[in-house]
Amino acid sequence: MAALATGGGTPSDGATSFQRKVPASSRLAAIAGTRPSVRHGQLLLSSGLPSLDCVLGGGLAVGTLLLIEEDKYGIYSNLLFKYFLAEGIVCGHNLFVASAKEDPADILKELPAPLFDDVHKNQVDEKETAIKSKQESQESMKIAWRYQNLPRIEVSPAASARFGHYYDGSKMVSPELLQSTKWHRFFLPEEKSLHPEIKTCNMTCGYTRLLQSIQRIIYQEGFDGSYPQNKAIMERVTNLSDTVVGLESFIGSERETNPLYKDYQGLIHVHQIPRLNSLICDVSGTKDLAFRLKRKLFTIERLHLPPDLSDTVSRSSKQDLAESTKLLSSGCGAMAIGKKHLDF
Amino acid sequence: MFVELNELLNASPERPEQGKLTLLRDTKTDGSFLVHHFLSFYLKAGCKVCFVALLQSFSHYNIIAQKLGVSLTAAKERGQLVFLEGLKSCFDVLFGEEQHVGQTNPLRFVSEDGSNLKTMYEFVRTSLMASGSDSWKCPVLLVDDLSVLLSLGVRPVDVLDFIHYCRVAVCSQLKGNIVVLVHSNDDSEDEENELVVNSLCHQSNLILWAEGLATGFCKDVHGQLKIIQKGSSELKAERNLLRIYQYKIQDKNVTFFARGMSAAVL
Repeated sequence: MAALATGGGTPSDGATSFQRKVPASSRLAAIAGTRPSVRHGQLLLSSGLPSLDCVLGGGLAVGTLLLIEEDKYGIYSNLLFKYFLAEGIVCGHNLFVASAKEDPADILKELPAPLFDDVHKNQVDEKETAIKSKQESQESMKIAWRYQNLPRIEVSPAASARFGHYYDGSKMVSPELLQSTKWHRFFLPEEKSLHPEIKTCNMTCGYTRLLQSIQRIIYQEGFDGSYPQNKAIMERVTNLSDTVVGLESFIGSERETNPLYKDYQGLIHVHQIPRLNSLICDVSGTKDLAFRLKRKLFTIERLHLPPDLSDTVSRSSKQDLAESTKLLSSGCGAMAIGKKHLDF
Repeated sequence: MFVELNELLNASPERPEQGKLTLLRDTKTDGSFLVHHFLSFYLKAGCKVCFVALLQSFSHYNIIAQKLGVSLTAAKERGQLVFLEGLKSCFDVLFGEEQHVGQTNPLRFVSEDGSNLKTMYEFVRTSLMASGSDSWKCPVLLVDDLSVLLSLGVRPVDVLDFIHYCRVAVCSQLKGNIVVLVHSNDDSEDEENELVVNSLCHQSNLILWAEGLATGFCKDVHGQLKIIQKGSSELKAERNLLRIYQYKIQDKNVTFFARGMSAAVL
């Protein structure tokens, strides 16, 4: 099913009615799951989350390095990794999974399954049904006839399946799909036990050794959090990476219970975006981005405060918030002060 | 090259200065637009350029240089530009076969003891040495960027030694210029990097410091550029000249304006 879904490689967007006359087998779009960027002409790869792709300016350029700063307990960053790997599986790419803590085989078993919409399945199987469904929708527009010529906007989450998929967090990926993908593994405790005397140089079978030197750096900053050199290494790695995204989850902080943030699970900071082939890059205008995780969907949105719908406008709700923040900040201190809200 | 920056620096491609060390510094933002400026400036001025590019690939620089009016492939072919592509050379050193690597790869230090930049210095010197048939003006060494060398395992002392040797060879003997890019942070914990940056600040004649705005991200003003020109004579103890401008980066140009005079505000 996945092979059918991503075969063909037509770079059409699916959401516009613009049809390219150029034959689909152009050099750039030959790899499944990628598309050329408008801005700088490099091939872009999806990071597994379409909303993260939008924030990063269309996607990850092939050949760049994405660095994700973990949130406090690493829950959401693990989720991002899994989406990235699942995207690779669905597009039929080869995977290289390197891990210092968990066995890569275990990681792969826990990947989420991709979501396919019924409409999309029909389009893949037969073109006639797609045309038919279009005609049906055209007929049904009697009142809003003006909008008939506009392309259909897909409301359901399984949009443009060529680039970027949505994943169902509750279902695991099927074992057959896993079997069909080629993947390689690098598990740090394994390597260390096999080659205990490895030094930095003498790169004989380069591949795993190179990764080992990278792993050593990650190992240092992952496990030994108390090292004073830790921050320096983080700075260096940040400067060397192309794209840097930081996650800050609300778990365990006072923001978890703050009613202003009740819709979201955390914030996303985009620290760095590469400028490839150009002096400028696609920096999005909004810097307040938050993510939310529902059962099936992980989305990144612009952070906005919920509307203030209380009867007495603002005053009392502000009082409640003031109380709650006071409680959180001062422990069980004097509560009586907060009740009186002077309003002149 | 950016015309406005030339006016600010009082430089023109017809009369490039000689014997100067220019330090490009960036903090909280990306200062690589300055590297592109100097690359195209010196190529237009007719100087022989040795570009040690450790950060990006050749095509990246080429595409941007074409937007600025210079073709790097043409410059390479006529011998005006010697381009060391760090990413490719590093790959050759690590994974290449023994015969191909040889003794002359300038990045040999990555697989060896990790700190000897002598081969890189030799590479720079041989490429900038004037050969008989050349008609280029003063030679220029351009490095992008020096902080990467520290990440590759070179000690800061060796980096400073390398710059010193290059200054002697390029600035004094060959009467050329050196332009170097480094990253820095205000409250950085990376002491080795800060050591290199501070030392270079004292040695250089001109410092261009690109900083992100202290107030945060802005769409119309991308950052602020501090131009520090050292006093011309140390004996007279002239003061350094410090000027601050803000800039906005566009697709083919960078506009500079006085602080607060951004086009969006006026």
